[in-house]
Amino acid sequence: MIDVEHMTKKYGDLVAVDDLSFKVEKGKIWGLLGPNAAGKTTTMRILTGYLPATDGKATVAGFDVFHETNEVKKIIGYLPEVVPLYPEMTVAEFLNFVAAIKQVPASKRKQALDRAVEVSRLENVKNRLIRNISRGYKQRVGIAQALIHDPEVLILDEPTIGLDPAQIIEIRQLIKSLKGEHTIMLSTHILAEVTQTCDGVVIINEGRLMASGSLEELTSSFRKKEGVILKLKQGHEEAGSWLEEISGVEKVSRQDSEFTIEWSRDKDLREAVSRLAVEKGWGLLEMRPVAMNIEDLYLRIVTGGTGQ
Amino acid sequence: MRNIGIIALREIKTYFTSPIAYVVIFVFLLLVGFFFYSSIWWFNSQSIQMAQNPYYYQQININQMVYSPLFHNMSIILLLMLPLLTMRLFSEEKKTGTDELLFTSPVQIGQIILGKYSAALVVLAAMLGLTGLLSVFTFAFGNPELAQILNGYLGLFLMGAAFIAVGVFFSSLTENQIVAAILTFGALLLFWILNWASYSATGIWQGVLNYLSIFQHFDDMTRGILDTTDVVYYISYAFFGLFLTYSVIQSRRWR
Repeated sequence: MIDVEHMTKKYGDLVAVDDLSFKVEKGKIWGLLGPNAAGKTTTMRILTGYLPATDGKATVAGFDVFHETNEVKKIIGYLPEVVPLYPEMTVAEFLNFVAAIKQVPASKRKQALDRAVEVSRLENVKNRLIRNISRGYKQRVGIAQALIHDPEVLILDEPTIGLDPAQIIEIRQLIKSLKGEHTIMLSTHILAEVTQTCDGVVIINEGRLMASGSLEELTSSFRKKEGVILKLKQGHEEAGSWLEEISGVEKVSRQDSEFTIEWSRDKDLREAVSRLAVEKGWGLLEMRPVAMNIEDLYLRIVTGGTGQ
Repeated sequence: MRNIGIIALREIKTYFTSPIAYVVIFVFLLLVGFFFYSSIWWFNSQSIQMAQNPYYYQQININQMVYSPLFHNMSIILLLMLPLLTMRLFSEEKKTGTDELLFTSPVQIGQIILGKYSAALVVLAAMLGLTGLLSVFTFAFGNPELAQILNGYLGLFLMGAAFIAVGVFFSSLTENQIVAAILTFGALLLFWILNWASYSATGIWQGVLNYLSIFQHFDDMTRGILDTTDVVYYISYAFFGLFLTYSVIQSRRWR
């Protein structure tokens, strides 16, 4: 449904998005995950036609974002990072205005408004000024304006940012309920949001693609490796080379007194590792499994590693 | 056309649900009323004096003695107040992020600009239209010439339309409303007094500076002369302002 190929966006010398390619399947919820300043907002702005890309190609529902921008704008509902609201209008007035500029015919506008209000559960605040409603409601008005023209594709930039935990759960449920009819792409820097609401994920960092695919694909590909972290009291100098000697060990890395030992998933070397540590008298203080999954990958990205 | 209407309608609603339009119209009417009162008072005292002398009596002309100075004063008030009306048009959208909604909607940039522009024109028309009440008195107690008055109003409207286009342009340049207002005011004032420079200019420049000066074109209209060059001048002025706005918005998206 959304197809991005080698997309690059430069602001002068600053490369915000660097040769990014990914695909989003129809009727699914896809997460665009990355730390702050990873290029998530820029990517979404390009897809919605707000910004042109410097290079590359992107299509939404078969329409080229750069050449058939107007067609794309008609089928996309977009919630920007800063919710675009006119504080001096009432919720209903505002949604009516958005319906009009999204080219909903006048005869169907009331129906569209009622539906958006119902789905986003805004009945209580419908006739209040946007200025006077709470943050959570504002966010819901933002979602309501994105889906008022019943778009095929919804692009939501950080839909749960700044909300309290109860509101976050509500918004997540709301987004999930929209799945199927709409193809949804949401950006976030919180991994839990992806694992709880999304079917697939595109992980980016510093504008570059780190990983992409459905959650099952990604978790199974990362499960190929397993490992442990070993904390030792002494013998730090020799331990590394000894551990590498164990047959089946693929990688050993050290950070102070902690050693990370990795091997492929079909083996279990925990016993061998612990036996070696005891035999050599290194003073085994701690031994814990490494989470070799999407969380680990994301953690490495966020903490500044390259993520490989 | 429909899109322009939608944008304009929302903009007009904003003008009239916030205090902006009311304050601008109120202050405008107050000042114009005051000028009108002083002109009438002066006209009356002049008339009484001139009535003594049959030759001067022929010279009394309410259009020249009341309306011409009044239109001049109104144009200066417009110069001061229209920047305050236009300053928010684009800068506020940029500041609050609502421009992202507009520019990701299936609406052309030109339609957005024209929508906002016409909303400000409506407020201008309301400002000028309400001063028409003053003419009720002059027609009730005197015999001014209608065509000349309408000409003056047309001149004011065209001039205001040109001012608004400049305001829209500066509003698209910055997200700070005060900056937009000051730049608009500065640019308008500069164009206003451009003909001063023509006194010292020579050759073709004298003509060019004179032509570019807003003041020069307005003078004729207050005297009731409708010259097509003046109309063309104001319309091309407005067109140029809107075209620059379009270029600014377009280029910002491509940067």
